[in-house]
Amino acid sequence: MILGTYNYWVVIALMMIGLFVVIAHGNLLKKVIGLSILQTSVFILYISMSYISGGTAPILEHGVELYSNPLPHVLILTAIVVGIATTALALALVIRIKETYGTIEEQEIQARDLHEC
Amino acid sequence: MLTHLPILQVIVPLMAAPICLMLRPVRLVWLFALIASAMVFLISVALLQQVVQSGTIIYEIGGWSAPWGIEYRIDLLNAYLLLIISAISTVILLSTHTSIQSELAAERHTFFYVAYLLCLAGLLGIAATGDLFNVFVFLEISALSSYALIALGNNRRALWASYQYLIMGTIGATFILIGIGLMYVMTGTLNMYDLSQRLPEVSDSRTVFTAFAFFIVGVCLKLALFPLHMWLPNAYAYAPSAVTALLAATATKVAVYILIRFIFSVFGVEFSFSHFPLQDIFLVLSLAGILIASTTAIFQQNVKRILAYSSVAQVGYMILGFSIGNPAGLMATLLHLFNHALMKGALFLAVGAVMYRVGGVQLSDFAGLGKRMPWTMAAIVIGGLSLIGVPLTVGFVSKWYLVAAVLERGWWPVAVFILVGSLLAVIYIWRIVEAAYFQLPAPGNAEVREAPLSLLIPTWMLVVANIYFGLDTRLTVGISESIAKMLFGVEP
Repeated sequence: MILGTYNYWVVIALMMIGLFVVIAHGNLLKKVIGLSILQTSVFILYISMSYISGGTAPILEHGVELYSNPLPHVLILTAIVVGIATTALALALVIRIKETYGTIEEQEIQARDLHEC
Repeated sequence: MLTHLPILQVIVPLMAAPICLMLRPVRLVWLFALIASAMVFLISVALLQQVVQSGTIIYEIGGWSAPWGIEYRIDLLNAYLLLIISAISTVILLSTHTSIQSELAAERHTFFYVAYLLCLAGLLGIAATGDLFNVFVFLEISALSSYALIALGNNRRALWASYQYLIMGTIGATFILIGIGLMYVMTGTLNMYDLSQRLPEVSDSRTVFTAFAFFIVGVCLKLALFPLHMWLPNAYAYAPSAVTALLAATATKVAVYILIRFIFSVFGVEFSFSHFPLQDIFLVLSLAGILIASTTAIFQQNVKRILAYSSVAQVGYMILGFSIGNPAGLMATLLHLFNHALMKGALFLAVGAVMYRVGGVQLSDFAGLGKRMPWTMAAIVIGGLSLIGVPLTVGFVSKWYLVAAVLERGWWPVAVFILVGSLLAVIYIWRIVEAAYFQLPAPGNAEVREAPLSLLIPTWMLVVANIYFGLDTRLTVGISESIAKMLFGVEP
């Protein structure tokens, strides 16, 4: 039961690790890392579910009848691109936050904003 | 040409965005963006007419028939939403040429329009598509460009607000993606219509329950349903005024649309309301949102934050509408979608005019503005009355239908809550009015003049719409009534 679906267990573990990092860490870069891990877990979920045991790549060939479903792979290519765009934008924001605030720690940023009020 | 209208709706702003980068003078870029948005508006009017006359429009992209190809399916609900988004966006674009002058560095103006058009394309795409994965992609297009738009704000807090929104928004989008994946596993289709046919066969499985839960939580993050609203007040407060107006008037509405579409069309009323305690959850959260967010709004010093918290409360009214679970309640939600877009658009544009002249939107900046900026302040007063729900304004129409729907169920305590929410709105709007009309101007404000016409005209277009649709409710009530009947009729 557990061994047969081990990739789904990996998905859940990664998902929880990612969410935990986003919530628990105050460092903005670490939050971005957590977010990437969370997104990666979903990529693995999609790829796992399209796998068929014994199936090959979906290329038309004689004698091949069992092949993986290519659609989730294609979808996840798009999702990977979206993930890269998100990470790039987040990193750009972190750079500008560092430039204007001089720190990338959540608590210090909030302290500095309160200080100015 | 006419048959391609559904796709043109999305393609026009999407193609216009990169072209903006090639145009040099900012005035030309603005004009081009405005023309693109106006074209989209005309297309959406044509689409609405077509749908009203001849029913649902089905458009197959590239000629591949559904469920293999991607299909755009424009029914009355889609057409209604497309009209709201494109109309509001066009009115806001009329004002941006002036309003961003004081709020954005000159070299960023072109990028503002690029991001604005991309955001518009994303929002329209969500409202037009009939494909599940398309929803995710367009959601991310609009979200990514709105993060960039918020970060354009002058205050350094805009960066922090944008970052928070990015983290929350991405978690929401990832949840939506998980939901979509699980739905695909169970049904093998991504087409919404096809999905609605196939989901009932597997609706007892735990996977579908999980998919539903992930999807709903993800969308609720996007629409800032209390208590998932933490990203919204800062994002609205520190973004440039035009961006705040666009996001407040359209972005949350699109998220509400996704919720309506999935709960009523894709999963069906049967599954959402009887297999799942969705009704109770939404009822409690929306009432809590209305009361807590309105109370928080009373204690804010920044007028944009007051209105932002009020937006969270107004989202509460929309969710309350369909948690009632009868056609009258859904109709109130749909009316409030339209009406809230009008009032928040007008209010945020007027606040943008204050920002342009005074340079700040703290309550102390509003002192004495009633005399110095009479037209802008009159717009805020009328918008505020509409927000409270005073008769002759659109706010009254949606509150009326909402209370009627609640009473139809016999839930009179809920009706009391709605009225208390309105009273709280009186208090926070009064604080703005008091500052503007009953306080002496601050010494530095002596020079402040009325806002230029280029800001007043768009603001007053929306203010007049607030009153017009409060008196002549044929269009809005007629359409929302038939949408509500359609959504409840298809899945009895």
